[in-house]
Amino acid sequence: MKIDQTSKKREHPLPPGTIISGKWHRNQYKIVKKLGNGAVGTVYLCDHQGNRAALKISSSGSSITTEVNVLKTLKKVQGNGSLGPSLLDVDDWLHPSGARYSFYVMEYVNGQGLGTFIRLNGDDWLGTFMMQLLGDLEHLHRSGWVFGDLKTENLLVASSPPRVRWIDVGGTTQIGRSIKEYTEFYDRGYWNMGSRKAEPSYDLFALAMVMLHVYHPGRFDKGNQPEKTLMNKLGSTRQLKRFQVPLKKALKGTYTSSSQMKQEIATLLMYRPQTSPKMTRATARKVTTANRDRSLLESISILIAAGLFYLFHILLI
Amino acid sequence: MKKGTLKQILLITDGCSNKGENPSAVAALAFEQGITVNVIGVLEDSQTEHDSGLQEVEDIALSGGGVSQIVYQQVLSKTVQAVTKQAMTQTLQGVVNQELQQILGPNQSLEDLPPEQRGEVMEVVEDLGETCDLEVLVLVDTSASMTDKLPTVQEALFDLSVSLNARIGRNRFSIYAFPGKKTAINKVLDWAPRLDSISSVFPKLTSGGITPTGPALKEAMYQFGKKSLLRSFRNENRSDVEEA
Repeated sequence: MKIDQTSKKREHPLPPGTIISGKWHRNQYKIVKKLGNGAVGTVYLCDHQGNRAALKISSSGSSITTEVNVLKTLKKVQGNGSLGPSLLDVDDWLHPSGARYSFYVMEYVNGQGLGTFIRLNGDDWLGTFMMQLLGDLEHLHRSGWVFGDLKTENLLVASSPPRVRWIDVGGTTQIGRSIKEYTEFYDRGYWNMGSRKAEPSYDLFALAMVMLHVYHPGRFDKGNQPEKTLMNKLGSTRQLKRFQVPLKKALKGTYTSSSQMKQEIATLLMYRPQTSPKMTRATARKVTTANRDRSLLESISILIAAGLFYLFHILLI
Repeated sequence: MKKGTLKQILLITDGCSNKGENPSAVAALAFEQGITVNVIGVLEDSQTEHDSGLQEVEDIALSGGGVSQIVYQQVLSKTVQAVTKQAMTQTLQGVVNQELQQILGPNQSLEDLPPEQRGEVMEVVEDLGETCDLEVLVLVDTSASMTDKLPTVQEALFDLSVSLNARIGRNRFSIYAFPGKKTAINKVLDWAPRLDSISSVFPKLTSGGITPTGPALKEAMYQFGKKSLLRSFRNENRSDVEEA
């Protein structure tokens, strides 16, 4: 067997309007447009009886089956419905040429990329999204799973209200096993910062890398001293200064659960500088004297104006 | 199902063999012996994927029941672990398919099952891949043109060890280089559970002019045989003692 990257791209040039009909469940889907390429197969926007859905198709039946297994598990464990898109159908499609393709249909998540959203709507959202992600991760980890391939490209911000959603769950791995799928830049093994064993701290490292990636979209090389490179990048990113302490801990693998990190981020986000609302007696006094000065000035200027008017009045008569 | 040990040879080369027997024939022989042969062809930056010299890469893996990929050295790390893992899944899936045929009758494969049941079978394949023991013999071409790629190869092998050692099952790695000074292959690292120790070993490699891929593969195959021979010998001894 041959893994050929060029043939992967050529695999499914499905033109809009193609009808995909399932061999087993007999559902029909009309291709609308291509949405993107995953690690396995291609994702299309499709139409099923007037509803929009995302359809992932590949000639590798086993990979599709593996991903479907993950989506089914997520369906079982998800609480508020944000752990990955929900699964709608799984089937095979027999291409007129005789080739067999496996596909699955999932909920279509419409949204903006995380980086784009933050660039357009401001850095204030970063903290909020981190909280949302950490909440989801906490839920997933409690159920015995690790997300694995957590990266900016796998996150979308669905609109009104803005909410981070995971779109590609191919890397989701049971805790204690080896990470199924990863991307070098987000992988702590690549940075010499830990193992590729599925444990909560693996996802937290990747989450910190997502935050770095938002402000360094070109990514960066690890160099000879990977840890030093990371710490320097973190230290020099102005927008992340506020979260520097928890992000550093996440990169170093200090946290054993996402709730620990969430707690610390929450504390940072809820912090209010203690100046404006309270008024000490000294400042109060200062304010009143200032007010008195101002009222004196006001009455004098009114007097002068009145005087001027009076003079004019006399002159005119 | 008894969990066996998967045996793989991972050949890393940059071109054509030019001495000794046909490497594809040797790879087929290895496959017969239960050893999968995977091949990674490393390209020069100036080469394209369709270079004729690299057709051999695909052929060897095809007859060796393994996976092949031709890449530029920048992506070698990711490729080495992906090829190894994919070959594992492929082998295990083959085994599971055979079992399925015994249950469901001939000409039945995973794809003939409805998607729901297929999911359950894939879970079994995944479980096996996570828990089975694995032996990988890495065979590195160190002929002249590979010299500047060796540091990358070393990094990729270290990365492979990071990936595989995250599994539950046990791993054993060994590294051989070819051509050897007097023999077909040169031992770089004897069977070990990790590849951390290679950093001190690799720079000593000397590069020569010929590329005897076939003989090297044959010799590599023998390294598995030798070990299992030794093991069965030990087992025999033990049973002798028990009988006495």
